[in-house]
Amino acid sequence: MSTRLAKQGRLIDRSKQITFKFNGTTMRGFEGDTLASALMANDQMMMGRSFKYHRPRGVVASGAEEPNALVGLGEGARFEPNQRATTTELFEGLTSISQNHWPNLEFDVGAVNTALARFLPAGFYYKMFIHPQPFWKHVYEPIIRHSAGLGKAPDKETKDADTYEHFYAFADVLVVGGGVAGLQAAKAAAQSGAKVLLVEQTSHWGGRAPVDGGTIDGLAPDAWVEQTLTELKATDNVTIRTRTMGSGVYDHGYALAYERLTDHTPGAPGPRHRLWRIRAKQIVTATGAIERPLSFAGNDVPGVMLASAMRDYVVNWGVTPGQRVIVATNNDDAYRTAISLKKAGVDVLRVIDARTSGGGALADEARSLGIRVDPGKAIAKVKGGKRVKKVAICNQDGIGGAREEVACDAIAMSGGWSPVVHLWSHCGGKLIWDDALAHFRPDPARPPLGADGNGFVVPAGAANGPVSLGDVLADAQTAGEAAANAAGFTPKTADAPKGVSELELPLEPVWLMPANADMPLRMKAWLDFQNDVKVSDVQLAAREGYESVEHTKRYTTLGMATDQGKLSNINGLATLANALGEDIPQVGTTTFRPPYTPISMGSIGGEARGEVFQPIRKTPVHEWNDANGADWEPVGHWRRPYAYVRPGEGVHDAVNREVKNARENLGLLDASTLGKIIVKGPDAGKFLDMMYTNMMSNLKPGKCRYGLMCSENGFLIDDGVVARMDDDTWLCHTTTGGAERIHGHMEEWMQTEWWDWNVYVANVTEQYAQIAVVGPNARKVLEKLGGMDVSDAAIPFMGWADGKIGDFDCRMFRISFSGELSCEIAVPASQGLAFWEALIEAGKEFGVMPYGTEALHILRAEKGFIMIGDETDGTIIPQDLGLNWAISKKKEDFLGKRAQQRSHMTDRNRWKLVGLETVDGSVLPDGAYAAGEGVNANGQRNVIGRVTSTYYSANLDRGIAMGLVLHGPDRMGEVIEFPGTDGKIYKAKIVDPVFYDKEGKKQNV
Amino acid sequence: MKHYSAFAVAREALRYHTGWERAWRSPEPKKRYDVIIVGAGGHGLATAYYLGKNYGIQNVAIIEKGWLGGGNTGRNTTIIRSNYLQDPSAAIYEKARSLYEGLSQDLNYNVMFSPRGVMMLAQTQHEIRGYQRTAHANALQGVKTEWITPERVKELVPIINLDGPRYPVLGALWQERGGTARHDAVAWGYARACSAMGMDIIQQCEVTGVRSENGHVVGVDTTKGAIDCDKLGMVVAGHSGQLAEMAGFRLPLEGIALQALVSEPIKPCMDVVVMANTVHGYMSQSDKGEMVIGGGTDGFNNYTQRGSFHHAEETVRALVETFPMISRLKMLRQWGGIVDMTGDRSPLISKTPLGGCFINGGWGTGGFKAIPGSGWGMAQLMATGHSPLTEAFSLDRFKEGRFIDESVAAGVAH
Repeated sequence: MSTRLAKQGRLIDRSKQITFKFNGTTMRGFEGDTLASALMANDQMMMGRSFKYHRPRGVVASGAEEPNALVGLGEGARFEPNQRATTTELFEGLTSISQNHWPNLEFDVGAVNTALARFLPAGFYYKMFIHPQPFWKHVYEPIIRHSAGLGKAPDKETKDADTYEHFYAFADVLVVGGGVAGLQAAKAAAQSGAKVLLVEQTSHWGGRAPVDGGTIDGLAPDAWVEQTLTELKATDNVTIRTRTMGSGVYDHGYALAYERLTDHTPGAPGPRHRLWRIRAKQIVTATGAIERPLSFAGNDVPGVMLASAMRDYVVNWGVTPGQRVIVATNNDDAYRTAISLKKAGVDVLRVIDARTSGGGALADEARSLGIRVDPGKAIAKVKGGKRVKKVAICNQDGIGGAREEVACDAIAMSGGWSPVVHLWSHCGGKLIWDDALAHFRPDPARPPLGADGNGFVVPAGAANGPVSLGDVLADAQTAGEAAANAAGFTPKTADAPKGVSELELPLEPVWLMPANADMPLRMKAWLDFQNDVKVSDVQLAAREGYESVEHTKRYTTLGMATDQGKLSNINGLATLANALGEDIPQVGTTTFRPPYTPISMGSIGGEARGEVFQPIRKTPVHEWNDANGADWEPVGHWRRPYAYVRPGEGVHDAVNREVKNARENLGLLDASTLGKIIVKGPDAGKFLDMMYTNMMSNLKPGKCRYGLMCSENGFLIDDGVVARMDDDTWLCHTTTGGAERIHGHMEEWMQTEWWDWNVYVANVTEQYAQIAVVGPNARKVLEKLGGMDVSDAAIPFMGWADGKIGDFDCRMFRISFSGELSCEIAVPASQGLAFWEALIEAGKEFGVMPYGTEALHILRAEKGFIMIGDETDGTIIPQDLGLNWAISKKKEDFLGKRAQQRSHMTDRNRWKLVGLETVDGSVLPDGAYAAGEGVNANGQRNVIGRVTSTYYSANLDRGIAMGLVLHGPDRMGEVIEFPGTDGKIYKAKIVDPVFYDKEGKKQNV
Repeated sequence: MKHYSAFAVAREALRYHTGWERAWRSPEPKKRYDVIIVGAGGHGLATAYYLGKNYGIQNVAIIEKGWLGGGNTGRNTTIIRSNYLQDPSAAIYEKARSLYEGLSQDLNYNVMFSPRGVMMLAQTQHEIRGYQRTAHANALQGVKTEWITPERVKELVPIINLDGPRYPVLGALWQERGGTARHDAVAWGYARACSAMGMDIIQQCEVTGVRSENGHVVGVDTTKGAIDCDKLGMVVAGHSGQLAEMAGFRLPLEGIALQALVSEPIKPCMDVVVMANTVHGYMSQSDKGEMVIGGGTDGFNNYTQRGSFHHAEETVRALVETFPMISRLKMLRQWGGIVDMTGDRSPLISKTPLGGCFINGGWGTGGFKAIPGSGWGMAQLMATGHSPLTEAFSLDRFKEGRFIDESVAAGVAH
């Protein structure tokens, strides 16, 4: 059984007991425990079920690499699936549940898959479930989906109770990893004066060294870590953070770090996670190394654990996974586990060393403690279902016969160490294979390159390959100095602290145990514990031609589990290489992708949730609109009133009322969102002549002109009224959605094509409030307010003037998008609301009503004015819309001119704009197509036109529409048919697109 | 080719699966082929497959620089839909979708096409009008789609938040017969079927030159030597421009990295595919349980197949807003694929200025869903010189101004 030891546990405080729950059972642990160590202390070795076969799974590691011990943590709005118990710090009241089983962890119906495992090898689903066709969706897939998945999904209505934030940081040197290498590298870099940020993913410093032993400058590692930390804390140019994982390295020194602020104190004030977005000149990856499992039959049974993890549990948390332990290894390091266990009073039955030579000094020490060492041996098979019961021991060089069985309850395994090269690799750092240590390590000749073409990531310590404490510290010193130097600082060269540890003999690679294990054993030798990928699966993939390491990965799902292959990848590709008869470096690795370990979606989104998901742009009149019934419509980042709905009134009633009132009395439109772009300079006229299809350079100051803007492909992209302010200044109005886009468009052409022209553009959209005063009473209300002469004589249609209305500084444009007498009046944004309110007040006697975007649309449609985004969709040229009059014939060139001469653009079969009136007066459906005769070569019904805008016109009391129709203008009076998606056929007559006041008298009074 | 079935798996189980043969052979190139396809991705393999199946052209080599299916076929978000606006797009994507329906049976390889339904949310008035237009167009194109209410959206996607304070869901365009498939399996299934027809799939073989005589292609130079051919199909997505340069012409394409990511797996909570274009993101749940998430392209041209954080941030932010429960899930992995974009964001399937040389590329962000239709049409074009499916996607269209612009309907990568 797994228990708490009477002594040991450098990270726990036995005076502080903590109560928590696992699967409803109340358990106790100590402050400083992880959930995994606390569960083990309560003899809960089995913590979950595997993905595919639903096999029992116990904890196998002690850190971020854990593939098995995943739990659902917390409840309700704080529930989180797939939390690693090994990195979950225990806190009072913690609740956790195990995953991927039904009805419970001990008895899982899904475990039937284990019995069927032989019929479910890698990729079985590609070969089965093919017939009959409908069965995949309706039968097979639902079963597979429910059997797969891992953690429970949060409740569908969950609104995360926590908040998240982003934090922007700049560092000369970012050091990732707070083991002795990271601490020393940070110290070395900081001594140069460089600004250093040091992050460590766990809550404690020192990494493995305090567990592994040895001395640093004569001190125990713990004491040295303490001393070094004190120094770093006292250094102004060093920032240190625990519980902060270096999560990803991106182009040009961009890095992410993931700080878990309140995971260990849920509900505490402040954000739960903080995502550090770091720009670092240099990044030191002191990320250590991860031990590899050994591939023997039954290596997945709960109780089989990495040797280093078992040592961690004993030394750090004072728990042991068993009472009678067997250690299996191919290297010397695992002897440290045997020694630690023995010293803690745990029975170590024997060390099975696959090397015929046995181990070095550490092995001697183990022997001197009375531990039996069996060189040249292997584990043939582990027996036990939910817990290790026995092992069968055989010769490593055999096929697994001649076994000796030994009863035991835990197995520590070590297949050697793999440097953590993820961060090095994220941005393109390459690896080399080290034959002596049988691992991939960073290739110093091929680092990830920054903007200057030089490397910006420096690996340090075990992450770079070195193994012994002395080598690790020396490498860290070098890395810290190198990073500081590359960041532009002069490092103080110093000797690395002297690390002393037991001399280790070389490992011998063991990719399968025993080396020639027969098929029944290989089918039980796990590579990927979570996804249930075995040695036999990788060999099957190779046999079937899935030879690329990427094919093998995808075919078998090796390394695709939530640990992303931290334990399985190297063993897997060594197995593949053997199967293919190739060398490991030839086979290569799969790609390392960010993040290093999974990070919460909440932290990626940061603060931007709910109301502040995106900033709302507000016009000066926004709050008034909100208080006066605005039915909001999102338009870009703005919100505009769709209509102003009065109490007791429906939205459509409001629209109809507003439309009629604007024609009969007085309407006000908050047009502040319209884009306003100043174009200024000696070449401004020339520039605008290129930007617009019509001539703008000859516009007289004081006058306005409606203009069209096309892309270089000839398509209409925006329209609006241009006013000439003075000799070298024009003000261009754009559509609401177009302001930023058109500003960018102008800048692009100005900067990339006509960079030598003397012209500047400035977007002043938000500097002004703009209010359209519309209707027969428009002039009356302005005259009532007093001030400038607003008569037709003073400011005729398509004129503008500066002046005062009431006390307000105004610029008045006589332009009309409604066909009514209309003045669009711009005032400084700060005066916008007051001006609006003054108009509302003064307008009362003239029947004033504000109107929204829908009334705006209907008013313009009644007049046959086009709307960008309705009549245009990125495929429409002005000629399609009958706007030839706005295309200058005199100009040599403008954007889109050449494009509009291409054969398809001049094709007389292009659909042209017309008005459409339903025969029965009803409203045509939005977006309906007019059906023609027959079908095309692809069997699609031929079409001859489509509806671009369609409304109920309250003024005409009938449906009106505009549309693009084949030969439309030549077919006036013809009735065409529009099949609706409701099954009805809508008949409409082709008419002139101007439905109201065809002579245009009303705007010109 | 040994037939795949549950019986075959059971039979093999008795001998520990040692009897399975290679899914595809790994031959050395012959001196000459009738047709060489460059690029063993989904589109290239499908082209070869239908050349063999529909036209009996089986003396074909498919040459691949890396490993088959390793480009965008193996790194997309596996969405299949055909609710396109413009006729030529709807035709080819619907052809593809309908071929996907029977593809597992046709190839005897389970590609796991799952018609779970694809939904495109409307969150502005403008989007409503756009999708209603698409629905009308689809009805006449023979593509079954419908406009659905927010209530129906919630029924289909219980985890959605309809009333987000910023962009409430106003309805959606729903294609019930759209869905997803297992992307790798599509490439592997076609590869196995091509190999079984006697075609040679030559991996780890890079084309270094295109040889021609009198304006007609006669072969290619490769890292495994020169190989002759009568016809050449270039189907290399992000690297189309480089290959075209070898053949002596230029293409209106640019390469951009498209970003994607997945969450850790969880039990089934979302059966359909949801695309939210206003907030910019889309999501589905794989059979493995991962939430598969995609969004935007990088704002600059590049060839790194790497994930960049800024787009992951924008996309995740949008989806946390749309599906609040994912806030407490975790991102497992992010990556990028290089998509080749044309000016109108529609593909190129075309003859080229070089005789006997054909191009299939420019699929931008939407290639996976088109694979069977694209291969079908490309094979027809290469075999007969004409295909109604591909006619509109010819290179000439840029000269003529005959664009096929879908941005009207979908402003987001897909």
